[in-house]
Amino acid sequence: MTKLTPVLSASWDQADSFTIEGYKRNGGYKAVAKALDMDPDAIIQMVKDSGLRGRGGAGFPTGMKWGFIPQGDNKEHYLVVNADESEPGTCKDTPLLLANPHVLVEGVIIASYAIRANHAFIYIRGEVTHVVRRVQQAIEDAYKAGLLGKNILGKGFDLELVLHVGAGAYICGEETALLDSLEGFRGQPRLRPPFPAIAGLYARPTVVNNVESIASVPSIIDKGAEWFASMGTEKSKGYTLYSLSGHVNNPGQFEAPLGITLRELIDLSGGIRTGHRLKFWTPGGSSTPMFTDEHLDVPLDYEGVAAAGSMLGTKALQIFDETTCVVRAVLRWTEFYKHESCGKCTPCREGTWWLVQALKNLENGEGTPADLDKLLDLCDNIMGRSFCALADGAASPIISSLKYFRQEYLDHLSNGGCPFDPHASTLFVSSEAGAR
Amino acid sequence: MTIQEIAKTEEPAIEIITLTIDGFEVSVPKGTLVIRAAEKLGIQIPRFCDHPLLDPVGACRQCLVEIEINGRKFPKPQASCTIPVEPGMVVNTQLTSAVAQKAQEGVMELLLINHPLDCPVCDKGGECPLQNQAMSNGRGESRYEGKKRTFEKPINISSQVLLDRERCILCARCTRFSEQIAGDPFITLNERGALQQVGIYEKEPFQSYFSGNTVQICPVGALTGASYRFRARPFDLVSTPSACEHCASGCDLRTDVRRGKTLRRLAGDDPNVNEEWNCDKGRWAFKYAQFERITTPMIREESGELREASWPEALAHAANGLGMNRAAVLVGGRATLEDAYGYSKFARVALGTNDIDFRARNTSDEEREFLSSVVVGSNVTYRDIDKADQVLLAGFEPEEESPIVFLRILKQVRKRALPVIAIAPFTSRGNEKLKAKVIKNVGNEAADISSVALTAKSVILVGERLAEVPGALSAAKAVAEKSGAKLAWIPRRAGERGALEAGAIGNLLPGGRPLSDAKARVDIQTAWSTPMRSVQIPTEPGMSTPQILDALHKGEIDALLIGGVDPFDVSDDAIEGLRKAFVVSLEIRKSSMTEVADVILPVAAVIEKSGSFVDWQGSARSFDAAVTDSLQRSDLRILSMLADEMGKPINLPTVAKAANELASLKDWDGARAPFAPHASISLKQPTENQALLTSWRLLLDQGSLQSNEPNLAGTAHPSVVVISQDRAERLGVTNGDLIRVSNEHGSITLPAEIGDIDFRSVWIPRNSANSRPLVDLKKATHALVTVVKA
Repeated sequence: MTKLTPVLSASWDQADSFTIEGYKRNGGYKAVAKALDMDPDAIIQMVKDSGLRGRGGAGFPTGMKWGFIPQGDNKEHYLVVNADESEPGTCKDTPLLLANPHVLVEGVIIASYAIRANHAFIYIRGEVTHVVRRVQQAIEDAYKAGLLGKNILGKGFDLELVLHVGAGAYICGEETALLDSLEGFRGQPRLRPPFPAIAGLYARPTVVNNVESIASVPSIIDKGAEWFASMGTEKSKGYTLYSLSGHVNNPGQFEAPLGITLRELIDLSGGIRTGHRLKFWTPGGSSTPMFTDEHLDVPLDYEGVAAAGSMLGTKALQIFDETTCVVRAVLRWTEFYKHESCGKCTPCREGTWWLVQALKNLENGEGTPADLDKLLDLCDNIMGRSFCALADGAASPIISSLKYFRQEYLDHLSNGGCPFDPHASTLFVSSEAGAR
Repeated sequence: MTIQEIAKTEEPAIEIITLTIDGFEVSVPKGTLVIRAAEKLGIQIPRFCDHPLLDPVGACRQCLVEIEINGRKFPKPQASCTIPVEPGMVVNTQLTSAVAQKAQEGVMELLLINHPLDCPVCDKGGECPLQNQAMSNGRGESRYEGKKRTFEKPINISSQVLLDRERCILCARCTRFSEQIAGDPFITLNERGALQQVGIYEKEPFQSYFSGNTVQICPVGALTGASYRFRARPFDLVSTPSACEHCASGCDLRTDVRRGKTLRRLAGDDPNVNEEWNCDKGRWAFKYAQFERITTPMIREESGELREASWPEALAHAANGLGMNRAAVLVGGRATLEDAYGYSKFARVALGTNDIDFRARNTSDEEREFLSSVVVGSNVTYRDIDKADQVLLAGFEPEEESPIVFLRILKQVRKRALPVIAIAPFTSRGNEKLKAKVIKNVGNEAADISSVALTAKSVILVGERLAEVPGALSAAKAVAEKSGAKLAWIPRRAGERGALEAGAIGNLLPGGRPLSDAKARVDIQTAWSTPMRSVQIPTEPGMSTPQILDALHKGEIDALLIGGVDPFDVSDDAIEGLRKAFVVSLEIRKSSMTEVADVILPVAAVIEKSGSFVDWQGSARSFDAAVTDSLQRSDLRILSMLADEMGKPINLPTVAKAANELASLKDWDGARAPFAPHASISLKQPTENQALLTSWRLLLDQGSLQSNEPNLAGTAHPSVVVISQDRAERLGVTNGDLIRVSNEHGSITLPAEIGDIDFRSVWIPRNSANSRPLVDLKKATHALVTVVKA
């Protein structure tokens, strides 16, 4: 049985965990003092050695990303933290920043020092104003404590940290769209190459990292790359936050080594909603192809999930029990993607417009079984045809749900509408539920 | 769709890369995009957002192909418009890859789900890339059964461009053009997803001088021109390659005519000149030839009344009047090369005089010497701008006075931060876009030009207005000689350079031959003499435009042949002198000359005749008549008939004959006309409420070739007085407050605009609504005026 490994979340139960005093009491800002005495390249090497991979979804090795920044080029370098967490189901960075914003600030200082950046930005989702306020306060307190600004801790390193509040577009979580938005333009993905490491923010070498990736750095500096690499699986090292939501008795954040299984996590979270059984789940947010109860023992690391036909993504485990209509769930997700498509590429812009209409018809029981093949063919024309992964994310739940639950789609057609009671899946379901 | 010639490269050192497309090997320069390499093989990959002159964006996804490098295949089809070629690349387009074929059909189907398919009523129908490629690369039928997105239609994004949003496929060509080529990012994509749409900024319409190009490159009928909308189907139009008659940029155009009427003009494709762009004046100012035309010769009666006359009567009357008196010729700057040659020959042969000038504007003797010694026969080109290490602009506002030159400089500014220095009274919007360093020192231009450090790779572009500053052209010549920089003269009008080459000026014979050179005169005498008649070229240099007008006043000249000249462009008094003389005017339509002419001979407008215009580079662009069934004849034909009537034939009955004869003369290979530097003069400095007046003509103004174009006029810049911050404070005015600029002759009152201007000067437009300084102040520039709050 895999044990939880609370590091980032270790202090969340303390009333003042978000304050600089609370953070310091728990050992915070020790790593930064150590890091600023190190050679920047040694820090990059240490992060490489730790095996830390990007926690934003793609799992790209963080140290390698830092190593791409050309050194000695006499250009400004920038660190940009992607805190634009907006994927349906994904909810790890927001609680982390709410309960422990200083761990991110500390990580930012260390990472900026490593890549020789004197300006760093946190691009945060605009809707989470309470988190914005906490991070803003944390930055202010860090400035007051001499941890940001000129000559940090007297070690001769300067860093300005700016919190930028996004205007509420899912696409701005895509790193190049984020950079456009940060520069003041509409957020739309940029043509690559050039990659951000060569020409990112203001056409300068830029590292864009997820909140959790950067927040993991202080612990690596503090406790060593070996300590970090001792957790997890062969190619997926370390601890990470798993976010369980939906039909489990005790949803929330579970910090565990990579490779834990859903079966273990469900046990830790008090089991599936009492009296019900698991029907389907997403391993890493709504963009990742869904799994079913066949996949309870898939190791939740980058390789394990990929081998089973999905992606680890943001480790946002949305759990749905047998009361949930898969067509309904998929349609809701698709409506999200239609709403959030930036409009740049044809397949995503027009495709999501069409998908929503097609799924609505199916939900209402309109159409023929041939429409399912048309829907799949349409997904094929959308998947992998666009600029960024938004369109792929829109097609994934449809393709995977048709793979595992084709019969349920057909039942909608033969039933002339949805055979499920939509109230039965709600948390406030009562004995009267059932009247449609 | 444009297929760019890619093999042409400037630097021979460019690496050549060989790749395979659909089984065929092709070698292209490094950096070439896959889609362009395929074009070289004749393989057309369908596309919408791709445009060879715009930065790649990869938005429409229509050009997906399968690509393999070193045996490794990309997992997904790739947009061939964004991927540069690599050695050993293997590309499979829709012709050889089922995946690419399906991907393209899929994208096309998606593009059409929200497209209204209103082709039967759409301007673009018949020449529409979406229509064409849906047929060539799409599925036969759509599987879409849902609701289409609709918008209110159409909306005006300017007085001349209309937007039908539901037709738009969001390829961003228009927005990228406006930002990347014109430097006018006045349109942008708004909203997101399927509701994304092209839009303008609030209260800021699409006031770009280049907006028409967006209509031309729109791959669907989303952007249409207000003047052309619903007027014709492309397949009913007869297209003729044309040369633009509006300025000296030298654009290649296409004129589309239906039943004898020009309905539209499009930018042609000439990589050496306008690439694929033109300005809105060139595109949308052509109706001047459709209204108030003079179609019959007219003769002024003793009573002063004009009456219609037959051609024989009018020609006899004109021949008599010109033959009996001492006569001069004013050509104007809008004649074709062949027509100008006709005037030039007519003056010498039929009138026996060198009193001819094509410059219907402020001129100087210094300029005439400069033109005949430095400019004639010179060949600085657009390519020199491409390669320049620095550009110096003097007396020249490229965006207003030669817009394609502006685009070319802007391209290099954007591409490689080409440094631009401008000698100008203030930082105009054009100069701002060129990021020019502006030396603002009115009256001190000659010294300022001399002070600029140039290299042999620099290019100096001087405008016709530099002639208004004594000594400035001399300074430009000196600095060019000292540094080895290239020096080019860019007049505003399309015919000036050609007229110079044709010798329509008092000190020069055709082909740049100095009149003062006996050998040059012999050349021409030999060419022009016939067995029937030997021609003697008069040796005395001819008078310039101001001298001719002065001589008219004094009665030293008593007859004038005039073609395409608005005397108000020269001076307000000119008309009085003309009233005293016998005037034969060749005109296309009623003008201020109509009131004073004794004989009016109607001639053909540019679109009704063939000919050629010589651009500022010195290269000629020939064109055929776009309207072939016109009854009007070219100036040349009329001049030839008139000379016959006078018994002194010029033997130029056709444009082809004139072109051949001019070509057979060849360019002068002897010494150029001499040039003696002129000294600059210092201006009287303004006192407290005085200022030095400055002005130039805006691209869109009251020019007679822009009449009857209300949609075009809607995007003209409003008339303002530009004053400095300092002066605004002294006068207690802010932007928009009325200012009166006056002198002893009159006044002009316009709203103020505070700008980055020499604190001693003010600037007003030279020929715009409520601002005609030559008429109202009898001065246009470098004159003292009083400036007060109105």
